[in-house]
Amino acid sequence: MYPDDYRYTKEHEWIKVEGDTGTVGITFHAQKELGDIVYVELPKVGAAVTAGKTMGSVESVKAVSDIYSPVTGEVIAVNDTVTSTPEQLNQDPHGSAWLVKVRLANRQEIDGLLTAADYQAYIGAETAH
Amino acid sequence: MPVEYSGIIDEHMAVRTRVGLFDVSHMGEIEIRGSQALELLEWVTPGAVSPLQDNQAQYTALLYPQGTFVDDILVHRLSAHHYLLCVNASNQKKDFQWIAANNRFDAAVEYASEKYAQLAIQGPQALATLQKLTSIGLAGIRYYWFTHGNVCGVPALIARTGYTGEDGIEIYVPPDEAERIWRAVLEAGKEFDIRPCGLGARNTLRLEARMALYGHEIDASITPYEAGLGRIVKLDKGDFIGRDALVKQKEKGATRKLAGFEMRDRGIAREGYMVLIEGLAAGFVTSGSFAPYLKKNIGLCYLPTDRAAVGQMIAIQIRKQAAAAQVAPTPFYSRKR
Repeated sequence: MYPDDYRYTKEHEWIKVEGDTGTVGITFHAQKELGDIVYVELPKVGAAVTAGKTMGSVESVKAVSDIYSPVTGEVIAVNDTVTSTPEQLNQDPHGSAWLVKVRLANRQEIDGLLTAADYQAYIGAETAH
Repeated sequence: MPVEYSGIIDEHMAVRTRVGLFDVSHMGEIEIRGSQALELLEWVTPGAVSPLQDNQAQYTALLYPQGTFVDDILVHRLSAHHYLLCVNASNQKKDFQWIAANNRFDAAVEYASEKYAQLAIQGPQALATLQKLTSIGLAGIRYYWFTHGNVCGVPALIARTGYTGEDGIEIYVPPDEAERIWRAVLEAGKEFDIRPCGLGARNTLRLEARMALYGHEIDASITPYEAGLGRIVKLDKGDFIGRDALVKQKEKGATRKLAGFEMRDRGIAREGYMVLIEGLAAGFVTSGSFAPYLKKNIGLCYLPTDRAAVGQMIAIQIRKQAAAAQVAPTPFYSRKR
């Protein structure tokens, strides 16, 4: 369910790092909690994003949720398919429904993010509340 | 009642195109009995109650002397001296106390919520679904009328009412039988691909049909005229609580009005977001959502009456952006009859 080569945040984003580029999305758990996703707002290519800061938002029929950037860097690609068909986020949140690609300013930030095991333990505990 | 079962969009579409089942047992019930039950209801509601016949229901309200809403309610005439009120869950205690406090008539007011569970079967296949479980001819019940009969062998009040903008039935049954009837309705609706529906779909369905929700479109600061519910006010029926204030407001004209809007820019308006006209604050969104059947982003808001006409351009402050929207005809959705 949660790929081992991704890293995760407590705000329910994931990042997959290849070289100096990180692909960012929201987790399966996030889309499940939100329900039917109907709107996604993403930063533009060229925008600067900061680790832990809002970079966009995702809305389901019932709720609005901010998207936080897991890393600091520059947006180099945006998945326009997701903004035009937001329901993809419910279908393939860890794959084709990625949100943005970021050129990493500081690779060491990745080490501070959750591993797949950490994240699953975290949402397990959160769900149990 | 959970927010959703299979998903708000799936449930919403089931009700618009097939059939959905809602457990609305949280709704409150109040019974009024006695030789002056009618007089009490004429006093505490703005509508004309006396024309109601046995087995007829009416959408009406309880109002404060200022003409503003205590609640919006349904009145069912069981007999000339016995009425059943269906009221909002969050207001049931307040409503009961309000009616009791204004009862200077020969009438008994009973807080009866514990006596009833309520299930709503809604959608184009609602009657065909429930018909399997009762010998009452459901098609013979007219809109906003009801009858008494057995459902699954259990005595029920069966009303042709609803809160979805679709045809449908609401049944009032003894609470200890509700679960069994719930399961039987789901089984009976299988051939129509029925869905159990939650609060989320209940909200999006009523919003598309522009039905008011207490705490959103109506509350203790809003009058029926402002809410576009002037049809429930009968000023010529005799005195009632709130009448003087409503007479004055009708003479002067309400200064604000509930308006429906569609987003023109991307973005979803949500309750509480500010509405702007030419950059200036003009009101607040009372309800807003993606509309699953219409596939548009819609909402309701209060606007100055002279700026509330269909076509008026407005903006909704969505986070940091003022997103364009336009006043639209309502109801956003009307079923084909």
